[in-house]
Amino acid sequence: MTGTTAGPALVAGPAAQTPPPAPPAKRRQDRAGYLFLLPWFVGMLFTVIPFFASLYLAFTDYNLLTPPRWTGLANFREMLGDPLLHQALKVTFIYTFVSVPLSLAAALGVAMLLSRGVRGLPVYRAVFYLPSLLGGSVAIVLLWKYIFGLDGIVNGLLGWFGIEGPAWTADPDHALTTLIVLHIWTFGSPMVIFLAGLRQIPVMYYEAAAIDGASRWRRFRSITLPLLSPIIFFNLIQSLISSFQTFTQGFVMSNGTGGPANSTLFYNLYLYQKGFSQFDMGYASAMAWMLLVIIAAFTALNFLAAKYWVHYDN
Amino acid sequence: MPAPPYEQDNFIERIGGTRRTRFTKHVLLCLTGAVMLYPLAWLVSSSVKPALLIFKDLSLWPAEWDLGNYSDGWNALGQPFSVYLVNSLIIVVLGIVGNLVSCSLAAYGFARLRFTGRKLFFTLMLGTMMLPGHVLLVPQYIVFAKLGWLNTYYPLLVPHFLATNAFYIFLMVQFMRALPQELDDAARIDGCGPFRTFWKVIMPLCLPAFATTAIFTFISVWNEFFGPLLYLTDDELYTVPLALRQFIDSEGQAHWGEMFAMSFLSLAPVIGFFIAGQKYLVKGIATTGLK
Repeated sequence: MTGTTAGPALVAGPAAQTPPPAPPAKRRQDRAGYLFLLPWFVGMLFTVIPFFASLYLAFTDYNLLTPPRWTGLANFREMLGDPLLHQALKVTFIYTFVSVPLSLAAALGVAMLLSRGVRGLPVYRAVFYLPSLLGGSVAIVLLWKYIFGLDGIVNGLLGWFGIEGPAWTADPDHALTTLIVLHIWTFGSPMVIFLAGLRQIPVMYYEAAAIDGASRWRRFRSITLPLLSPIIFFNLIQSLISSFQTFTQGFVMSNGTGGPANSTLFYNLYLYQKGFSQFDMGYASAMAWMLLVIIAAFTALNFLAAKYWVHYDN
Repeated sequence: MPAPPYEQDNFIERIGGTRRTRFTKHVLLCLTGAVMLYPLAWLVSSSVKPALLIFKDLSLWPAEWDLGNYSDGWNALGQPFSVYLVNSLIIVVLGIVGNLVSCSLAAYGFARLRFTGRKLFFTLMLGTMMLPGHVLLVPQYIVFAKLGWLNTYYPLLVPHFLATNAFYIFLMVQFMRALPQELDDAARIDGCGPFRTFWKVIMPLCLPAFATTAIFTFISVWNEFFGPLLYLTDDELYTVPLALRQFIDSEGQAHWGEMFAMSFLSLAPVIGFFIAGQKYLVKGIATTGLK
C-alpha cells in the first residue's frame, strides 16, 4: 500500500520546489552527466544496434556479400532438423549440468575448510584461486590436451595401478570429460566469493547451535546453507551463464572442428563455424538468439525456484 | 597486553575445531592444493626437459636439463615469439588505458551526478552485464568489416575505450559510492566543477578500484582468444594465444617441449600479476563477483 503512494510523493516533492522550465542548475547537471557518460553512450550504440540487428538477421539469409534476404522462420525450421545443432546443444548441456554443480560443490567445500581459523589462509586461497585465472587460456587447454593424451601423465599415473587408460582427448566418449575436469579445476573464483560470504555469518550462531547440541551436519544444514543461499544463487547464475557460452576450450582442444566425432562441438563453436567458416550469418544470428532465449529461460527458472530455497534477511 | 581474541589458541580451538580436526583440515587442503598445482609445475618442468623425456614422465625434477626448448620454440613459428609478445602487450596496455579512462568517467557519472535518466541508464548498464556477447557478434563483425577494420587491432581496442565492459563500471560505482559525499560537497563549495572534483578528489581515492580493473583487464585481454581469432588473419599481427595454437598442426602433431616452453612464457606474466595484485583481485571478486 505504501509502495504505491511513495512513488508519486517522491516525484512531486522536488518538482513542487522547482519552477516549470528546467532551471539552469538542472541543465548544467544534465550536461555534466551526459559528458561523463559520452564514451559509454557511444559504446551502447555498439551494443543496442547490433542487438536488434542480429534479431533481424535471424530471420534472413545473409552471407555478407549479397544483401540479407528475408526468409521468415526458415532458419528456425532448419534448426529443428539440424543434427549438428542438436549435438551442439547436447554437448553444451552435458558440460554445463555436470561441471557447474561439481565445481560449485568443490568451491563450497574448500571455502568451508578455509572459512574459520585456518592458519595460512592467504597462501591456500592464492593456490586455489590461481587456476581459475589461467583456465581459459590457450596454454592451459593445450596442456590439458597433453596431460590427457595417450602418452600423457594421467595415463602414466593410471599405469602405476596397472590400468591402461584410453586416449582421452581422441576418444569421443572421454574428450568432453577432460574439459569438465578442466572446468572443475577452476573452482577458485566462486570459492573466493563463498569465502567472503561465509565470513559474514556471525560466529555466535554456530556457538549457540553447538551449545544446543547441534551436530556438524545440522549446523551446516540449518545455519550455513540458508545464510549462504543468496551467494550460492549468485554463483549458480553466473556459472550457468558463462558455461553455456564456452568456446575456447572446445575450439583449442579440437583444433576448431569440435571433434572427435563432434564430442566437443560446443554451441558457440558451432555458431562460429556456421557464421565465420560457412558465412551463414543469418543462421548464426538465429542460433545466437536461441541461446539467448535458453539462457534467459534458465535464469528465469532459477529466479522462480529461488523463492523456495534462497533465504534473504528481511 | 593480552593477544586479540582471534590470536588466542583457545579461540582457534573453539572455532576451528580440536587439534586433530585442524590437522585433518590442513592435510586435506595441502593435498587438494598439490593436485591443483601439479599440472602447472609439471608444465614448467617439462619445458626444460629434452623432448623425448617428456612422455609419461610424471616427475617434476628433470633428470636432464635442456633449455633448447626455449630457443627452438622462440623461432619455431612464422615470426619470432617476441613479435607475438609485443603484439599482446600493445593490446593489453591500450586495453587497460581504455577501460580505466572510459569506465571511470561513466562510473563517476552514475555514482555522483544527478542527471535526467540516470536510473534508466544504470539499469540498462546492469542489463548489458548479463547479455551474452555472442548475440552482438554477427552485426558487430559486419560493422567492423564495413569500416575496413578486419585484420587490424581496432575491433579489439575500440570497445575498451567505449566502456563496453559494464563489470568494471559496476566495480567502480560500488567503490565510489562508499566514498563520503561530503568530499564532493566540500570540493563544490571550494568552486570545483564536476570535472575538477572527479580529477582531483575522486580519482586519487579510487586507485584501489583502478588497480583491480587494471589487473583483471590485463588477465582477460592477455588470455583472450576469440576476438583475435575472429579479427586477425596476418601472422605478424597475432597475439600470444593465437601463436600458441599454431604449435599443434592440423594433424594434431606437436612439438610439445617447445610448446610448453612458450606456454610457460605466456602464463608467467599472468602469474606475476596475480602474485603482485592478489589483494586487489580478491577484493574485486568479492565485491562484484566477476571472474
